[in-house]
Amino acid sequence: MTDALYSLSISQLAPLLARREVSPVEVTEQLLQRISRLDRGLNCYLTVDADGAKAQARDAEALFSRGEAAALTGIPLALKDVLITQGVRTTCGSRILENFVPPFDATVCARLRSAGAVFLGKVNMDEFAMGSSTENSAFGPTRNPWNRECIPGGSSGGSAAAVAADLCLASLGSDTGGSIRQPASHCGVVGLKPTYGRVSRYGLVAYASSLDQIGPVAKEVRDAALLLQCIAGHDPRDSTSVDVAAPDYLAGLGREIKGLKIGVPREYFGEGLDPEVEAAVQKALKTLAGLGAELVEVSLPHTGYGVATYYVLAVAEASSNLARYDGVKYGFRGEGKNLLEMYAATRTQGFGPEVRRRIMLGTYALSAGYYDAYYRKASQVRTLIRRDFEGAFQECDLLATPVSPTPAFRLGEKTADPLTMYLSDIFTISANLAGIPGISVPCGFSGGGLPIGLQLMGPPFGEAALLQAAYAFEQATDFHKSKPGL
Amino acid sequence: MALTREEVLHVANLARLNLGPEEVELFTQQLNDILTYIEKLQELDTSGVPCLGHVVPVFNAFREDAVRESIPRDAALANAPAREEGNFVVPRII
Repeated sequence: MTDALYSLSISQLAPLLARREVSPVEVTEQLLQRISRLDRGLNCYLTVDADGAKAQARDAEALFSRGEAAALTGIPLALKDVLITQGVRTTCGSRILENFVPPFDATVCARLRSAGAVFLGKVNMDEFAMGSSTENSAFGPTRNPWNRECIPGGSSGGSAAAVAADLCLASLGSDTGGSIRQPASHCGVVGLKPTYGRVSRYGLVAYASSLDQIGPVAKEVRDAALLLQCIAGHDPRDSTSVDVAAPDYLAGLGREIKGLKIGVPREYFGEGLDPEVEAAVQKALKTLAGLGAELVEVSLPHTGYGVATYYVLAVAEASSNLARYDGVKYGFRGEGKNLLEMYAATRTQGFGPEVRRRIMLGTYALSAGYYDAYYRKASQVRTLIRRDFEGAFQECDLLATPVSPTPAFRLGEKTADPLTMYLSDIFTISANLAGIPGISVPCGFSGGGLPIGLQLMGPPFGEAALLQAAYAFEQATDFHKSKPGL
Repeated sequence: MALTREEVLHVANLARLNLGPEEVELFTQQLNDILTYIEKLQELDTSGVPCLGHVVPVFNAFREDAVRESIPRDAALANAPAREEGNFVVPRII
């Protein structure tokens, strides 16, 4: 029972730890060895905190021996490098934060620590979470474990690839327009974006504050539920975190979904959808129907405006949020004879091209004379998109759609054309604009052996029902059991 | 609403970014492509539609105005590119 502990899920490992059949130190050592053996070829980790992880594993062992273990005691996790960790470098995938060592923990990190988790290190991402492929990292792209010539998705590409490659048991990512769900679908793992406000954003490096949300990336649905249980809840340090008690997310797992009404929005099955993705999702719908769910066709008429709305609102918020990187209090500083020259040198040398492009676009959209045409208009269309979902949830309990229009594309395929890259998020962006939860679960493979994901979306605070349906689907299929050959 | 080279330079200045000559050309073209795509929002009649700023109801989050522990000064300064006598140091302003 001592080999390949790294390949277990949290739900498989936790009972072994609790019965003291394996030691948290042994598990952590195995994972650190696997990381040093395999990660050079994948580039999931930006920072491996071997000493910290070993110390935390020893602490976990002491907790077990005293009978004081908590939900995640001794479970080795990887954190997206957008979540700040006290004493451990947090880069956000950017040169501008290359040497930033935060003086405090993000709320989610503090919660995982108090649940006993072991932090193996920080994983790769598109710079400031701006991207869909992890190619915008200042520290090189992460490769897809299923095919190293392909992208792992983004921006939480390091999280999804590390989970798929068994380089951690699970991870936390962040999702602003699909950044948890899309890489989860491309790497064949589970990714959940909770309702906006469900999880505290305190200590999440801000990209677009009205859209950002933290969530789990995991090997199976039960693990995602377990992690959500640990991180969900009100935090006085995030004024947008909602004071609504989190229900028991594990309680509904295993309950049947007979009679559940699942809406299939016709706008998600049109032009541009890869035939293999469409076939896998259609088959998944049949599986759900076979489990007793009732499929109903619904319409989300403003779906086609989601990407345009997002690329006004997200970049406007980004241009304001990223104004803080000025070379004064932390981060990289460029040379300048006076303060203004120093600001520009810092930002020009510290930010990569995609971040500068989005800051430019956002600055323009908010500049004098253009505010009404862009920001105001997009905020109004956001209302229409939200109303689409409110209408649909009058007719159904959940929605089922593809996650991404294609399987993972090749490295370098879309880097020259930002707009094409943006359009790859067409099915995930609307959930962020409407603030609703969404989950990606594995539902098939392309002919080339690349994973395909099914997206389920629910009404605000509907995570329990989402997890229940995702779990029922997962248990009825075998896709989550496949592992990439490494 | 095509964006000119001069406007791109103006926006770069507002955002405190320097652009090289080649980058001005590239950004002018790429930003115009994106703005052309965004133009499709104008197809929709949004008269009378309210703006959506927050997807969940947001209330003032008050707390008692009490003295609490904060990050020690040395820790707060530890990441500063330049510091002296407990202060952040910057190049001359005027």
